[in-house]
Amino acid sequence: MDVHHRRNQILSILAIGLGFVLLYLAQKYLTSYQVRILNNCGLFITLAVSYNLINGVTGQFSLEPNAFVAIGAYTSALLTLSPAEKAMSFIIEPIIWPLSVIQTPFIISLLAAGIVTAIFGFLMGFAVFRVRGDYLAIVTLGFGEVVRVVANNTQTITNGPLGLKALAPYTNVWWTWGLALITVFYVSRLVRTSYGMAMKAVKYDEAAAEAVGINAFRHKMLAFTSSAFFEGIGGGLLAHLITTISPTLFTFFLTFNLLIMIVVGGLGSTTGAIIAAILVTWGGEFLRFVEEPINIFFIHIPAVPGMRMVIFSLLLVLMMIFARHGIMGTREFSWNWVVDRMNGLKFLLRNRG
Amino acid sequence: MDLAQFSQQLINGISLGSLYGIIAIGYTMVYGILRLINFAHGDVMMMGCFFAYYGILMFSLPWQFSFIIAIALTAILGIIIDRGAYRPVRKAPRISALITAIGVSFLLENAGIVVFGGRQKAFFRPEMFDSIITFHGIRFLNLAIYVPIITLTLLGIILLIIYRTKVGRAMRCISHDMETTRLMGVDVNRVIAITFAMGSAAAAAGGILWALKYPQINPLMGIIPGLKAFVAAVLGGIGNVGGAMIGGLILGLAEIMLVAIRPDLSGYRDAIAFGILIIILLFRPTGLFGEKLPE
Repeated sequence: MDVHHRRNQILSILAIGLGFVLLYLAQKYLTSYQVRILNNCGLFITLAVSYNLINGVTGQFSLEPNAFVAIGAYTSALLTLSPAEKAMSFIIEPIIWPLSVIQTPFIISLLAAGIVTAIFGFLMGFAVFRVRGDYLAIVTLGFGEVVRVVANNTQTITNGPLGLKALAPYTNVWWTWGLALITVFYVSRLVRTSYGMAMKAVKYDEAAAEAVGINAFRHKMLAFTSSAFFEGIGGGLLAHLITTISPTLFTFFLTFNLLIMIVVGGLGSTTGAIIAAILVTWGGEFLRFVEEPINIFFIHIPAVPGMRMVIFSLLLVLMMIFARHGIMGTREFSWNWVVDRMNGLKFLLRNRG
Repeated sequence: MDLAQFSQQLINGISLGSLYGIIAIGYTMVYGILRLINFAHGDVMMMGCFFAYYGILMFSLPWQFSFIIAIALTAILGIIIDRGAYRPVRKAPRISALITAIGVSFLLENAGIVVFGGRQKAFFRPEMFDSIITFHGIRFLNLAIYVPIITLTLLGIILLIIYRTKVGRAMRCISHDMETTRLMGVDVNRVIAITFAMGSAAAAAGGILWALKYPQINPLMGIIPGLKAFVAAVLGGIGNVGGAMIGGLILGLAEIMLVAIRPDLSGYRDAIAFGILIIILLFRPTGLFGEKLPE
């Protein structure tokens, strides 16, 4: 146990308190567009950190988060819509029985989203963890596609390609950042337990981990199911943030965004995932200017839609070639590091004076 | 379903399947040598279509020349991708190479949207492929006959190169043991570049045939055929070129027949490939004709 444990705990609590004060001020004084970006940041922290648990920490490269987010979003949306609204939006075929009469409060729908997605992840894990490496990547990608195709075709449950509209905009900064806090807390505690150590062992050498008595499959399942749980809740928040969902929202594109985040942050680092989630979300908004027409003195550059994604995909390739370890590598933020630096700074200043 | 209908669907299935097969060859060749899923392969196919499209539209080349130049340009594109993106990560962990491939795939798609525009474009179909054959109540485009003939010819050429030339022998050696092959004095990077060129050329040929069959092209058109061709490659046993073609045919027939027998399930057509993939990887990860076990 760290000698500075108690001090670090107090510092963490203070930092979180400060963060929430800032959030309070932000949602009071910022424009709705800026608050929207803030919401996206919080949401993507949740998604990136939980995705990183399976891809980075446990080293099982998988490409399914779009499936998890989709399941969570649909579960939660179907539970918060009132029976009357559901009857109105399902115009081609009516919705099936139990869903047509159920309506629950937002928080219950989120919990349900997490649980349903976790169950799906648990069952899917039995299938996909029979393979490893690139095969795992492609088979999980396949599951993602299948979920999307099913959502497109099960007219009586998901309303098919029409999607679900007019969801209540329940999601606000307290939900998105609150969930982000819970996810970060859970994941960073989990990786410090014996389970987390075992997950890292599986990442570095599965055979050696098995040889010292670690059940690799069980730890992969734990990481995968936890990841599914938080991504499902994240999906529920996403649905009630953008208030309209349809299968086209949950393509591989979503997974690609999360992949960029965890790669930029450093595969395996929760801190890195948080930093990169904010950087990429904010950067995506910041880079909007490249898609607008630009006038530099005499030169006129017309608007080029799609330019941002060119930049992001180029970034991903260049990161892999030149900076494979991302911002944080596998390191994590620690108060000890901060305090050491502060003391160093104090020492420097005193000697100079 | 009577016999005429069945034969009709059979022809459709074979022509679709041989397209999956020819695209799958590129996947299987690259995987056989580098153990890399070249995610960008479907997008390389898309680029081939656009090269052919602009060759006809902007340089008013006769279609035969345009197609051949497009295939050559796509082969060069394959070499550039290998040199620029995959070679720098060859010594890195395999997951890095896979992430790079995903990045290249998105780069091609979005560069395509920026350069070519995101809208659908009508692909030119030469008269030679545009007549309808009627035979005992079966009606089909004569393209459906050309497609399997062309793809099987290309398969034959590729097999000849792999099994009857020096470069082909080097490819087979590298797939067994890259380091030893290097020690034997083979320029491994050159052979890998040739592999990418061949795979990309095959993808371009497949892509052009695809565009003749479904004459609408857009920068995202490569995603679904690419993924399905990958499934075909796994089905045939990844690393096995002939197997890729057979895998493609099975997949094409399965898709067409399911929709023919159960039209109400036609919405699930795109899910069949992944269903097959999941089942194969669970029960026979080496595919039908593969020997090597996946990692």
